[in-house]
Amino acid sequence: MVTASMPTVERENYLNKHYGVGSWLFTTDHKRIALLYLLSITFFFFIGGFFALLIRLELLTPAGDLVQADTYNKLFTMHGMVMVFFFLVPSIPAVLGNFLVPLMIGAKDLAFPKINLLSWYLYIIGGVMMLHCMLTGGVDTGWTFYVPFSTAFSNTKVVEAGLAIFVVGFSSILTGLNFVVTIHRMRAPGMTWSRLPLFIWAHYATSIIQLLGTPVIAITLVLVAAERALHLGIFDPKLGGDPLLFQHLFWFYSHPAVYIMILPSMGIVSEIIACFSRKRIFGYSFVAFSSIAIAVFGFLVWAHHMFVAGISVYAALVFSLLSYLVAVPSAVKVFNWTATMYKGSIHYDAPMLYAFGFLGLFTVGGLTGLFLAALGIDVHVTDTYFIVAHFHYIMVGGAVMGYLGGMHFWWPKISGRLYPEGWAKLAALIVFIGFNLTFFPQFILGYIGMPRRYYQYPPEFQVLNVLSTAGATILGVGYLLPMAYFLWSMRYGKPAPDNPWNAAGLEWKTASPPPTFNFDEEPVVTWEAYNYDELNRLPVKQETPVAR
Amino acid sequence: MFDNFPLWPQRASTIAGNVDALYIFLLIVSGLMTLLIFVCVVFFAAKFRHRPGVQAEPIEGSTPLELTWSIIPMGVFLVIFFWGAVVYFQERTPPHDATEVYVVAKQWMWKLEHAEGQREINELHVPVGRDVKMIMTSQDAIHSFYVPAFRIKQDVLPGRYTVAWFRATKPGTYHLFCAEYCGTQHSGMIGSVVVMEPAQYEAWMSGGSTGSLSAGGEKVFAELGCATCHRPDAQGRGPNLQGLFGKTVQLEDGRTVTADENYIRESILDPGAKVVKGFKPVMPTFQGIVSEEQLNALVAYVKSLSSARPGNAMAAGSTSTPAKASAQGSQVQ
Repeated sequence: MVTASMPTVERENYLNKHYGVGSWLFTTDHKRIALLYLLSITFFFFIGGFFALLIRLELLTPAGDLVQADTYNKLFTMHGMVMVFFFLVPSIPAVLGNFLVPLMIGAKDLAFPKINLLSWYLYIIGGVMMLHCMLTGGVDTGWTFYVPFSTAFSNTKVVEAGLAIFVVGFSSILTGLNFVVTIHRMRAPGMTWSRLPLFIWAHYATSIIQLLGTPVIAITLVLVAAERALHLGIFDPKLGGDPLLFQHLFWFYSHPAVYIMILPSMGIVSEIIACFSRKRIFGYSFVAFSSIAIAVFGFLVWAHHMFVAGISVYAALVFSLLSYLVAVPSAVKVFNWTATMYKGSIHYDAPMLYAFGFLGLFTVGGLTGLFLAALGIDVHVTDTYFIVAHFHYIMVGGAVMGYLGGMHFWWPKISGRLYPEGWAKLAALIVFIGFNLTFFPQFILGYIGMPRRYYQYPPEFQVLNVLSTAGATILGVGYLLPMAYFLWSMRYGKPAPDNPWNAAGLEWKTASPPPTFNFDEEPVVTWEAYNYDELNRLPVKQETPVAR
Repeated sequence: MFDNFPLWPQRASTIAGNVDALYIFLLIVSGLMTLLIFVCVVFFAAKFRHRPGVQAEPIEGSTPLELTWSIIPMGVFLVIFFWGAVVYFQERTPPHDATEVYVVAKQWMWKLEHAEGQREINELHVPVGRDVKMIMTSQDAIHSFYVPAFRIKQDVLPGRYTVAWFRATKPGTYHLFCAEYCGTQHSGMIGSVVVMEPAQYEAWMSGGSTGSLSAGGEKVFAELGCATCHRPDAQGRGPNLQGLFGKTVQLEDGRTVTADENYIRESILDPGAKVVKGFKPVMPTFQGIVSEEQLNALVAYVKSLSSARPGNAMAAGSTSTPAKASAQGSQVQ
């Protein structure tokens, strides 16, 4: 009665259709599962971040004075395990991928909605196991589980941590499987492969890695558990095993895993740069195929983590050469993004600032990869802070910057609310400055010879460590800000229009937030991806009707 | 406070300059690349910023451009690859006449044994200007022998030997770090390499030796009764070890293997793994019977039996040292 007389009735959408805990815990809606993942990975991100904070505080002084040596070893181990397996690997695919893959290709949901929910439950089971492991003593092997330390010498909960990662691995496999099938089978009429957004290409490539790579780490961790618990001789030379076999198996997954983290981020950056340059992405097919090339070549470079491990000189040569090959498609992407801006009409909204940040940090991360792939230099800098800086530039500078960019870009679609733009820009700036201050000094630290995983260190390394710790506190503020204003916006933010950025892509042609089955009518695609040329000529409309 | 704030590591080995040269080249290349991207992004972002009424120009892409920015970086990458490979070859190929030091790593210390018999813990004394080859193994987890001033690093594995080498160029004391995480006191597994002028080094060497490593090995060899089967003629139940080191060995299963340190080590610990052609697998394992130090001594002894071995003092000519010649002399007894 009363509501009927109000001028605007809130439309039914995936958020308000059902209420109650049960409607979330038993949902098969990919958008709701994405939000379940968002909550879970954010929780683990801040746990991992807390460990990082303690690590940086310990390293303020050369002496080991804040925590015990064993505690420190557990801190960097659990920082790595939590951030890699419980945040970075699931981050973009399980949250933004889950939310957007069906929307972007014009599908009602993923191909296997129940398996999608199962994957979240597996993540939670793995996460609870990991939390239990951490609360009952933790683990100190480094996230790399190197044998024979992990199987014969560590007194901590190695098997439990391994099993937690084993379980969460299946969550990752199922997500990959779901995406591959969905992208093959569920595209809307007219949504051909060459019309797919680059976000979808990136997720397709990522999914292939998740499907093919994750089983290998699962098997490897089972073997570690078997050797540790049952003394089967697999890796430990005392039992007749080979410790290098472990490293080959471990990196066969864990190198491609880096691409699981960075490829989706690259997909996001392609979307953002095209939108805020108001242009089709430069060299669409080169950017699309470079994702596939990275996924394929990424499987052939694992032993570049082992140049000083005791592999033969000739094996090292092959893996060095292949590592340079995989650098080419990454370089191609950076050039294409830059070229996309040429003669564009560039807007400086918050997502674009994150994309700029990604470009800068990923470029530095990628170029320092050239140092590490150069055999002669790798001998000196591997296992030092140089490599710590390098992979943080890729996995935090690249992947997390892209993730935050994506969260800002699609937040109006996800929540139906607008966040405060000024705060968002400020946060982007703080993250960029804090990040560089934290990790750039570590390149220098590494080259002057500070090994990684050191709890105490010679005094000449102190100044750079102090800089790094100072940067980390700034970075921490930069990461807390978005959480604060995203939460604020859910209650106080202005309602978002369906297409606040006037962006191309099917996800913007449905309501914000979208209805449960995404589109009121099945869309039919008659245009190429990134048809900003056409959009620019249309007057900006707040409510774009569903395409047909 | 800031006088102790280095931005560049000390350069104290022949390899260090080569690594630094490539590093500087890479700094320049990646600096230019970063600058190029940075300038383009900033320039485009400023020049093509949104203006009311001005629309973006539709541009599809350009295959010639794509090829250009694929092929030119590929070319640069190949240059870096070859340069890096050349430096790596140097790092991984010890000169034949290098002085040998046996290294045993354990949680959480370095034990170093000179061929001449001196033993050290967490300290390695070496003369300036002489090639030093380290033959390394671990008693427990994986460790890594890292001397930043020399730009060398090599993981030290249990159950096998790995090798690293350097030639120090500047007297001084340099950090020796463990670079592979190995447990609680990983960061305490720090030692130093003391590079001395040759005269000082000879003085240091002359004190406190208990006989050369190979002489110690000869004693172990006798104590364990190895000589009953490994006789210095062809009549033993085991292969004759005289002149074995460095040779190619025919195995019973048709394979061939070069008799290097790892082969000798494996044959002592796991004699059935590689049985020499014409012999029966009758040798018992010495796993758990000999310590890492005794193994090193045995390996050094077997090497000393080989007159053709590359590190031979006679063949090495002018670079041989008196200490080494005396080590060599012990075999004659």
